[in-house]
Amino acid sequence: MKALERHRKLTAIWASEEGFKGWFSTVNHNDLGRMFLFTAFIFFIIGGLLAMLIRVQLATPHSAFAGPEIYNQIFTMHGTVMMFLFAIPTFEGLAIYLLPKMLGSRDLAFPRLTAYGFWCYAFGGSMLIVAMLFGIAPDGGWFMYPPLTSAIHSPGINTDFWLIGITFVEISAIAAAVEITVSVLKYRAPGMSLDKMPIFAWYALITALMILTGFPPLILGSVLLELERAFGLPFFQADLGGDSLLWQHLFWLFGHPEVYIIFLPAAGVISTVLPVMCRTTLLGYGWIVSAAVALAFLSFGLWVHHMFTTGIPHMGLAFFSAASTLVAVPTGLQIFAWIGTMWKGRPEMHLPMLHILGFFFTFVIGGLTGVMVAVVPFDWQAHDTAFITAHLHYVLFGGFVFPIFAGIYYWLPHFTGQKRFFYLGQLAFALVFIGFHVTFLAMHWVGLLGQRRRISSYAPEDGWTAINLISSVGSFILAIGIALILIDVLLHIFTAHRGRRNPWNAPSLEWAMITPAPAYTFASLPHITRRDPLHAEPDLAVRLARGEGYLGTPRNNWRETLCVDIASGKPEMHVIYPTNTRLPIVMSAVTGLFFLSLLLKFYWTVPLALAGVAFLAWRWVWRLGHGHDPEMQPCGHGISLPNAATVERSPGWWGSAFLLTANATFFAALLFGFVFLWTVAPGWPPPEWFAPSVTELGTGVIGALVAPLALGHAIRVNRQGGAPFPSVIIALLGIVALGLACGALMWRAPAPTDHAYGATLLVLGGYGVFHATVAALMGGFLAAQIRQGYTSATRRAAFAIVRLWITYTSLTGLFILLAAHLPGLIP
Amino acid sequence: MLIGAAGIFGLVMVLVGLAFRRKDTIDGDGQQVRLWIIGFGLVFPALVLGALLLYGLTIGERLSPRAGANVVQVTAEARRWEWRFTYSDAPALETTGVLHIPAGLPVDIAITTADVIHSFWVPRLAGKLDAIPGHTNTLRLEADRPGTFQGVSAEFSGAGYDAFAFRVIAHDKAAWAAFLQGQLE
Repeated sequence: MKALERHRKLTAIWASEEGFKGWFSTVNHNDLGRMFLFTAFIFFIIGGLLAMLIRVQLATPHSAFAGPEIYNQIFTMHGTVMMFLFAIPTFEGLAIYLLPKMLGSRDLAFPRLTAYGFWCYAFGGSMLIVAMLFGIAPDGGWFMYPPLTSAIHSPGINTDFWLIGITFVEISAIAAAVEITVSVLKYRAPGMSLDKMPIFAWYALITALMILTGFPPLILGSVLLELERAFGLPFFQADLGGDSLLWQHLFWLFGHPEVYIIFLPAAGVISTVLPVMCRTTLLGYGWIVSAAVALAFLSFGLWVHHMFTTGIPHMGLAFFSAASTLVAVPTGLQIFAWIGTMWKGRPEMHLPMLHILGFFFTFVIGGLTGVMVAVVPFDWQAHDTAFITAHLHYVLFGGFVFPIFAGIYYWLPHFTGQKRFFYLGQLAFALVFIGFHVTFLAMHWVGLLGQRRRISSYAPEDGWTAINLISSVGSFILAIGIALILIDVLLHIFTAHRGRRNPWNAPSLEWAMITPAPAYTFASLPHITRRDPLHAEPDLAVRLARGEGYLGTPRNNWRETLCVDIASGKPEMHVIYPTNTRLPIVMSAVTGLFFLSLLLKFYWTVPLALAGVAFLAWRWVWRLGHGHDPEMQPCGHGISLPNAATVERSPGWWGSAFLLTANATFFAALLFGFVFLWTVAPGWPPPEWFAPSVTELGTGVIGALVAPLALGHAIRVNRQGGAPFPSVIIALLGIVALGLACGALMWRAPAPTDHAYGATLLVLGGYGVFHATVAALMGGFLAAQIRQGYTSATRRAAFAIVRLWITYTSLTGLFILLAAHLPGLIP
Repeated sequence: MLIGAAGIFGLVMVLVGLAFRRKDTIDGDGQQVRLWIIGFGLVFPALVLGALLLYGLTIGERLSPRAGANVVQVTAEARRWEWRFTYSDAPALETTGVLHIPAGLPVDIAITTADVIHSFWVPRLAGKLDAIPGHTNTLRLEADRPGTFQGVSAEFSGAGYDAFAFRVIAHDKAAWAAFLQGQLE
């Protein structure tokens, strides 16, 4: 087969539908990555316009531009849009677009999940923007501290938009994180062992794992606060056994890792782009990976440094102050590794390099002011002033926006082509750089003079007038610079020439294809033996197009790829992807209906929407079923691999495992909240304790023990070719018993609106009932598959996945029942 | 701290700048790793940060309230948008928007709130400390001379946040005694 014929055949298999209809049914990472990035930049522009409004407001004293009611919405939305709708989705979009190309795979692990995540993001983000257009946007500051955001002090719908809209958007973050984790671990080119992975993939993996463990506390906090607002469950009300500090702990348990979730992908871009700009290799690959891992761990140990002024004992502060300064070590290590890389090579002044220099200058300042505020007595003064606002912009703009601009200019030839317009890019960089520093150096200064953050006006006597005006002028220079960058990119998209392949002479795989990338990504999959495959074999792209790699022959209209062993990169299984479908967009619309019903308090549509999601999820998985045992598939280079449905650890199993990791973090945060309220909150003990019941506890415990054992038995029977159906039914009965015990806990919990104790028991019971329902649905699904002949001794992947969920449900169910019943049973 | 930070910043920028001078590319990473990663990346920040941390903790410990004789006890209760102050030496007194303290004596301020979170901040006298529903936080401060000091609430509290300020008046011995007897206006 000629290269061109292969190209035509593969394109026919992988292409999305023609025209705009294709947007709604595509599941291809090439489309979705671009859609993510495009949408994120729309939100970046919106967030930027809001920033301009803030600077207009503060440019002069006693400003009459906007009253506090509007101004509070503006700055709350600026922070919210930039953090949740720009920064995180930009990482997701970049990773979705680049990872399969860098890893030598044809797509991500779960293409339909990519699409589902995108639509949840687009719908959830739009909800917030619509709220803003109607003037009912959130106005409590982007970290939404209760009791200011409780129903008593913020009765409007504004806060609900934040809690519900952001939770909707977080679904997409969790989906993308599961996707990225499994893709990096399993969907790589044969031979690419972990130590041969491109450095960006390491950063993406670490970031994704951080999203899985960092976002659940925020989702929990949002759920609890919304429950308080909608139904009066007093989790954050001090007089009813709640504590507003619980929100701060949950929020910053998310919020600090969030900073590194934003920084690490940008560091990944620098580690990728910088060595290419310097014509050398990255110094200390292993050290940098270790530093990133260390950052990930440390970042979970310093959330309290956002709470230095809340009256935490000084010993506690000392611990978190130490952790906060310690985190500068792995950051510094990366910076010096990059400088060492520059010394090692010969840096060339291309546009991406300019933005990297902008990063160095800005981020180092941001890091140093960060160390300053980690010093407790300094923070007692600087906290909640413009100094902090300036510091965080140095970190985020320096540590994220400059690297992303470097990345955009670096990968632009991949999307469009290359052309230079009269140094437009250089001019834009100069304006951005100057504008940024004028704006935010001035803001440091005015913060040290005592200007608080979030004020909407100040008096001439305060002496801040000139500095604020300078800062506002700087911000407009910055805005013009960013506008020029956008214009430059648009000009590229519409006019640039097709350049030669791999214009930077980069070593990584994403350049081993025609650009813009074809729908099928690689015509055949490479075999990797080194970390710099394109330097090892400069003609790799041509050889892959000729079909000399794996899976070089299109067949059966299949979208095919390979999975490898995690550590060694040895080919392990053969995967056939699902094709174009509108299922993801429909499912996220129904998910949106669920959130919208909660927001508008149309509670009768909530169960409808939930049933709709369950129905669609059922179809989603059902379509993957095989009616017959799939054969071993020849995959090229003389290897034959089993289908993913016939292995013990299928992609679905890995996806479930990582989704449950996030879920377990959510559950752990919930237990932490329970213990925190019990021990720290004022207003305990509650007026009434839960009456324990040996019958309920016994029923639940027996159910929780029986279910996983029975399913394990089903797996053994199935493997030996027997009939697993009866054991699956017994497992189902066990789950139902556990669900009933949790339901009884909800039913009998002391009045949940009277005290946070009863409210927490209600939520714990609800968690158990919800998971029992999900596990029962999955068990029912498995039973239906067995009945329809969709399983066999060979087609066994579904069993392992269901066992994972049932075991998780049983374990958490045991915790819940013991936490509720045991304190009353112990004399 | 500022000078140290400026010094480190200057050092990093010089190192970045020097990377651009003409030179041959270097093969072999071993020595480079020792210099850049272990030297600059690990040892250097560890030393600087260790010293800074120790300094911060010592100061912080000194600023923390400690039991002792002669500590004046007052209560500050915040609500949107005013502060109310009461005095344990004169239980009948309550002032709004103005806190009276004696100069030259340590004062413990018990900070609480009646509604949302606020923060008590008198920049000239002490760092800030939050007023959190259901909790009482104690801030130690001392004015070394009589005078008036501006204070603000430093935690965003909604529409009236801009103007949410108060004053602290430090009295000499005689004026303080007069205040406690309710003879001061």
